[in-house]
Amino acid sequence: MSPWNFFLDHRAEIFSATLDHLILVVISMDIAIAIAVPLGMLIVRHRHLRVVSLGIASVFQTIPSLALFGFLIPIPFIGGIGRRTAIVALVLYALLPILRNTYVGLTGIDSAILEAAEAMGMTTTQILLRVRLPLALSVILAGIRTATVITIGVATIAAAIGAGGLGTFIFRGVAMVNDSVILAGAIPAALLAIIADLLLGLLERRLKVA
Amino acid sequence: MNAKLAAPSEVAIEFRGVYYHINDIPDRAIVSDISLIIPHGETLVLLGRSGSGKTTLLRLINRMLLPSQGQVLVEGRATTESDPIRLRRGIGYVIQEAGLFPHFTIAENVGLVPTLEKWDSARIASRVEELLRLVGLDPAEFSARHPRELSGGQRQRVGVARALAADPPILLLDEPFGALDPVTRAELQREFSALVRRLHKTIVFVTHDIREAVLLGSRIALLYQGRLVALAAPQEFLRLDHPEVHAFTASLALTNGVSQ
Repeated sequence: MSPWNFFLDHRAEIFSATLDHLILVVISMDIAIAIAVPLGMLIVRHRHLRVVSLGIASVFQTIPSLALFGFLIPIPFIGGIGRRTAIVALVLYALLPILRNTYVGLTGIDSAILEAAEAMGMTTTQILLRVRLPLALSVILAGIRTATVITIGVATIAAAIGAGGLGTFIFRGVAMVNDSVILAGAIPAALLAIIADLLLGLLERRLKVA
Repeated sequence: MNAKLAAPSEVAIEFRGVYYHINDIPDRAIVSDISLIIPHGETLVLLGRSGSGKTTLLRLINRMLLPSQGQVLVEGRATTESDPIRLRRGIGYVIQEAGLFPHFTIAENVGLVPTLEKWDSARIASRVEELLRLVGLDPAEFSARHPRELSGGQRQRVGVARALAADPPILLLDEPFGALDPVTRAELQREFSALVRRLHKTIVFVTHDIREAVLLGSRIALLYQGRLVALAAPQEFLRLDHPEVHAFTASLALTNGVSQ
């Protein structure tokens, strides 16, 4: 059977897997952003926390994804087989790009601007919220974009621990030695990544100042 | 107003035996043993080479730095005892690259301190208009623009307007015209000197350009390796017999020679 025919026959199933995949990515990214952006703001001022948190986030990035899923399975509460474990792993993966870009964006601001802000009598909080954050927004978003693309890719592997999504087709296709089945998972996953990259790139350019 | 021996009530800024060294290493003094009285309404120019400590003196006034030894008094009050935020809102500050906020419009940049001080928006708007006119920019044309759409000279005008926004009695300027081309610089210097005569503010102006110092200063304070080595009114200053004064007047003679 040609890939196209397979796709037409299984379109409902593929669509639902794409949706599962997307949900997995969105949930993971929301959690990762909620952790990494505030943490990135915090480490501008706290040097020790910066070294520790960037270090830990880098370690998670270097662990191969399948190994990370494997590590998490025996851990109580967050581990086990299924979607919860997958989300934990995806969050850990997404942390570094967002954290690093938040920190770089907030600290990479022209020193004359920060000096003027301080000399005008702005408080540290006002400088953070009204100067650093708006000026760092496009850099932070670039980190979110990188993390999103990574997460869409890694989420296909999450199927190996029973989290569902487009990886299900890929693993099944490999086991069946059937290209059509593999492509039914691989093509939508690739498209998701490309579309996410384009849309976030567009948003990033719109937020860029000066 | 420019009396050299001022009564305490006439003193705007005073340095009393001020030293500043980084990380409290006394050998590495950036400024040493500075005692200086700046009366209200004076335009004091701090002149010196790069690294002579002039910017450090400026930053000691608005508490961006605290003295390692001695005291800096602003309106009779030691900076160590004043709240830095309140102190700074009462002192205008202009720096070389203007330091305008790129994500703010010109009007928002100029209205920054009034906004922080929670003025109502109608009052801010009228103040911004008044200030843009004062620095020679048409409010209708410039208010809604962003800093990147302006030339260097126009940005620096906005920088001056922003510093004047809340009508602070003291104005600090750190080589405000240093990054401009010579023609624009001369234009802004002339306009600034006219502005100063109208505003009656206490001004401390940092520069390494002796022409600018002579043009704008009611007195010139010369810094050399962190020490105050000369202090005089411009014409008197040019006649002083000090090697560092000679070094600066020589550069003046040279530029005059070229222009003739």
